[in-house]
Order: sequence, then C-alpha cells, then structure tokens
Amino acid sequence: MLVEARVKLKKEVLDPQGEAIRRVLAGLGYAEVQQVRVGKLMLLEVEGSDPETVRHRVEEACRELLANPVIEDFEVRLP
Amino acid sequence: MRRPGLGARGAGFGGRTRGGWGSSPEPRTPVPGVGGGRRPKVAVVVFPGSNCDRDAMAAVEALGGEAVPVWHEGRDLAGCTAVILPGGFSYGDYLRAGAMAAHSPVMRAVRRHADKGRAVLGICNGFQMLVEVGLLPGAMLMNRSLRFICRDVHLRVERDDLPMLRHLSRGQVLRLPIAHKEGNWFATDEVVAEVEQAGAIVFRYVTPAGEVTDAANPNGALHGIAGLSNREGNVIGLMPHPERRIHPLTGGEDGAALIRGLVEAA
Repeated sequence: MLVEARVKLKKEVLDPQGEAIRRVLAGLGYAEVQQVRVGKLMLLEVEGSDPETVRHRVEEACRELLANPVIEDFEVRLP
Repeated sequence: MRRPGLGARGAGFGGRTRGGWGSSPEPRTPVPGVGGGRRPKVAVVVFPGSNCDRDAMAAVEALGGEAVPVWHEGRDLAGCTAVILPGGFSYGDYLRAGAMAAHSPVMRAVRRHADKGRAVLGICNGFQMLVEVGLLPGAMLMNRSLRFICRDVHLRVERDDLPMLRHLSRGQVLRLPIAHKEGNWFATDEVVAEVEQAGAIVFRYVTPAGEVTDAANPNGALHGIAGLSNREGNVIGLMPHPERRIHPLTGGEDGAALIRGLVEAA
C-alpha cells in the first residue's frame, strides 16, 4: 500500500524558507497568505495487509530516520 | 578496491574520482620534524560524497599522525585511536545533512569508540552527523540566510581543558573558513541551558576582537555556537574547517592546534 510520511518543522522552529516564500507570494499579490511552512512529503510503497502493522513500521522508520525529532514532527497517513 | 554504494548517487558529487584508496594512504612526502617512533593512527571516515577527507588526512599527516582512510561500510576503525568525520556532502545531503551517514555501518564503530572515551572530531558535515547520530546534542537547521556560505569567520575558544584542546587557550580567537548551508545549530531551550551549564561549548562565532554579536554569527546558530563537545569531552564537532588552515601558504595555521591536539589525544 502507498503510505504517506509527512514531516514538518516543529512549531517553535523558525522556517526561513517558508518566510522567503511568503514574502514572494505577497509580492505576487497573495497578501492573504499569512504564513508558509515548508515540509517534506515522502511516499512509501509498503508491503503488508494489516494497516496497523504498516502504520507502526512506518512510524518507527520516521523516528529512526525520516524525521529528526529534535526539530521535526511527523504524521503517517494510510490510504 | 570495490566501492559498493557509489552508484548514480556517488557519481553526482562533483565528478571527483577517488583513485588509490586502498587499505593504506597514498605515500606522502615526509614532513620535516615528524617521525621517529610510532605516529598515532587517526581514522578518517570516507562516505560517498565526502570531499574534505583528503584535506583531513593531509592535515593529520602534517601534524604528526598517521592518517588511515576508513570506508563508511567498514565495521571497525582499523585499530585507530582517534577518528575524524570529515566535511563534504555525504549522500548528497539527501533528507537532512548527515542523516543518512549517521546510519552507515561504520557509525556503530564510531559510537563504540566514543563510548570508550576515545577522541572523535566531526568537521562540518561530520558535525552534522554527530548531532544526527545523537553523540552531540541539538540539530542543524538551514542557515538563516538560506544561502550556502563560504568564507572566513572568527571563533573564540571557549574551553581548553580537554585533551583535544591542549594546544588552544581559552579566549583565543581563531580565523577559519566555513563552507556550509546547514550550520544553524538549534536545540530546545532546556538543551541549550544544559549545554551552557555543562560548559560543552567549545567555539563561538565572534568578531575579530572576540565579541559575540549577531552580525558575527554567519548562520543563526543559537548562542553563536560553532563547536560543541559531549559531556565527557572526547567528542567534538564544529562547522568551520581547521584542516584547511594548517599552512601559511593556504591561508594560515589557525586550524593546526586542534588537529595536533586530536593526533596527540589519539
């Protein structure tokens, strides 16, 4: 099954990249965009039929490698 | 020597070829004043994408050590008593700088080495690996300017009470080059307070006169932190490149004291 691992910077971590994007958007007329935060979306094709097992494994992978818990939060989404 | 893992990924790192990397370093011109007796063996770990490994080896050899290249898939450190994790772009900085290298087989050996209290020095990408693997606290964020910065900075030596720092003096200001995009050291307030209290800060970005100012901080690192040690003091990571400053002909010798200290700590 195709599993999404969404990794984003924690709320308390400044995201200068997102801020740069916000400024350019504002210059293009998207003044209503108040904030931009840039994250990562990883799509994992995972073998397995039990959704809870698959979720558990991908969450483990997030903790071990895909996200850095010091600066990032993650969320795992199954189809 | 076969180089597994250097496929399409490795080929993209500036097209540098890496010939002649067998089990021992290439023959080097003897350095005057060095030799006689056994030279301490210092492992320089080579990852796919490392690009300061040769500089690190040259620096070790010039400062009295015997540099031994260790491939990242190695299971041990070839009997070396100190280790350098060199600068570069291991695994193309994919995912996060240093994140993939932190899971290389050799890092288990590096961790065992560190746990025995032996010297580990992480330079630039090597510092990023040390925080990713948890041997040093915090994490690296992108520079606040979002730019790759390649220039000289000034550093103040914050402590000189560790074996690796024996040739440095507290308060001394060094001029060393930086070359990175992810050197903005970050940690939670509690961890920053712990690091300050433990005296684990080894180098801070300063003005040439030695003052910590925001303008002297090139990347936004909290508290101007350019280099850190672990609690025990045998693992040190720093963003600037001491191995690039070991000879007046290449810009100065401000990096020599740290490399010499590492060799002697071996």
